[in-house]
Amino acid sequence: MTRHFFADTAVLTGRSLRHIARSLDTIITTAITPIAMMLLFVYVLGGAINTGTDSYVTYLLPGILIITIASGIAYTAYRLFLDLTSGIFDRFHSMPIARSSVLWAHVLTSLVANLISILVVVLVALAMGFRSGAGVLAWLAVGGILILFTLALTWMAVIPGLTAKSVDGASAFSYPLIFLPFISSAFVPTATMPGPVRWFAENQPVTSIVNAIRDRFAAQPVGADLWVALAWCVGILVVAYLFAMATYRRKLA
Amino acid sequence: MTATPTQAPAIHVQGLEKSYGKVEVLQGVDFDVARGSIFALLGSNGAGKTTVVKILSTLLKADAGTAGVNGFDVATQAADVRQSISLTGQFAAVDEILTGRENLVLVVRLRHLSDAGTIADDLLERFGLTEAAMRKVSKYSGGMRRRLDIAMSLIGNPPVIFLDEPTTGLDPQGRLDVWQAVRDLAASGTTVLLTTQYLDEAEQLANRIAILHGGRIIVDGTLGELKQLLPPAKIEYVEKQPTLEDVFLAIVGSES
Repeated sequence: MTRHFFADTAVLTGRSLRHIARSLDTIITTAITPIAMMLLFVYVLGGAINTGTDSYVTYLLPGILIITIASGIAYTAYRLFLDLTSGIFDRFHSMPIARSSVLWAHVLTSLVANLISILVVVLVALAMGFRSGAGVLAWLAVGGILILFTLALTWMAVIPGLTAKSVDGASAFSYPLIFLPFISSAFVPTATMPGPVRWFAENQPVTSIVNAIRDRFAAQPVGADLWVALAWCVGILVVAYLFAMATYRRKLA
Repeated sequence: MTATPTQAPAIHVQGLEKSYGKVEVLQGVDFDVARGSIFALLGSNGAGKTTVVKILSTLLKADAGTAGVNGFDVATQAADVRQSISLTGQFAAVDEILTGRENLVLVVRLRHLSDAGTIADDLLERFGLTEAAMRKVSKYSGGMRRRLDIAMSLIGNPPVIFLDEPTTGLDPQGRLDVWQAVRDLAASGTTVLLTTQYLDEAEQLANRIAILHGGRIIVDGTLGELKQLLPPAKIEYVEKQPTLEDVFLAIVGSES
């Protein structure tokens, strides 16, 4: 069975990528909310926000990218839910294929779809004046963090995708994730926040991930934030993966 | 790609039990299906027909009892069972966003066969879907979807095919098309297990009929044997009126 894992995953990933290519609106919807937020914060609120940097859009972009991923994975859960309810999952599972390819295909598709949305958002940010002195290595590091974060949230999205009772239920879990960057260093520096809020903001994953990406964009030397960010991403990834796989096995039993 | 056949019955089910929470859906189901025959599992909604099919197609685990398909145990030799079967579920399990041809090619690839294009085109031809081949399945009618669904199940020539309520929700013409497809399958030696809640469907198609009720098979036999369970037929003279189905098919022009 497992000898077909890569071939089966490739075939099934091709299938769901075709779904994405035929409903590009989902990628546009994914990118539009973060772009609207970026416009709002840069051109309406940004003037009154003091971040101690020259360009607010450059300060803001890392957080906007996190929001892009958090709203993008809602579609991962949605696509998984549709496959499950349409009966095509049963068809695949009754076939002589490597069963876990069915999940991996959704995970890889989620990665591709999110990377496209991220690219769109970065292009808009560039048009709005985002500039970075980052070299190739720093950009690769940013890409690596974003890929890890997308994989972590995607495996998290697999759980509601498999267990939801309705379409709304499948994507509702992403709302708190989209909200999390607001209580972090994504929009404003945490220094102005009152005690308990500040403590939460400084110790939740988004702040370290945002800071790590921001430092790479600013071509700063590697600091503790990068390691904390990577630890969060890998930690969430491992836990989400284990829970998702357990849910998947329970679903099959 | 078909697994090695053995001399045992194509499907052998003994003492199958399955509960969902406190609801005991199956309470000791026994039946055998002979190779190359059409076997109808008859029962009302919620009788557990789909549960039986899901256990036989390795999608569900039974709580107790044994089930074998093509000589392989569903619990311990699941991979061999999957190699031997195809499942056409209760709702046409086709990919709506892909075209009919892409759906077929997808299954050919997942069955690890070569020459996907030729296999797909042959099946499209055989099921009268050549014209619709390049159209998205979301634009298909219910009958076309079902035909595509069954065509997908034939890829790789599995020796055993499960059809779970294959004609539910179809119009009369779609129903006749599916019946013909099932007869063709059996004629070519494939074993077919179909579930249905339509008595006439079982009567039309099946070599053997089993009635699933209260979690058990309460009757199992040929149509002739089942009829003998009732008092002998009386001869009555009744004027033969055309049924609405006859009228419908005569007007819309059916070939059968």
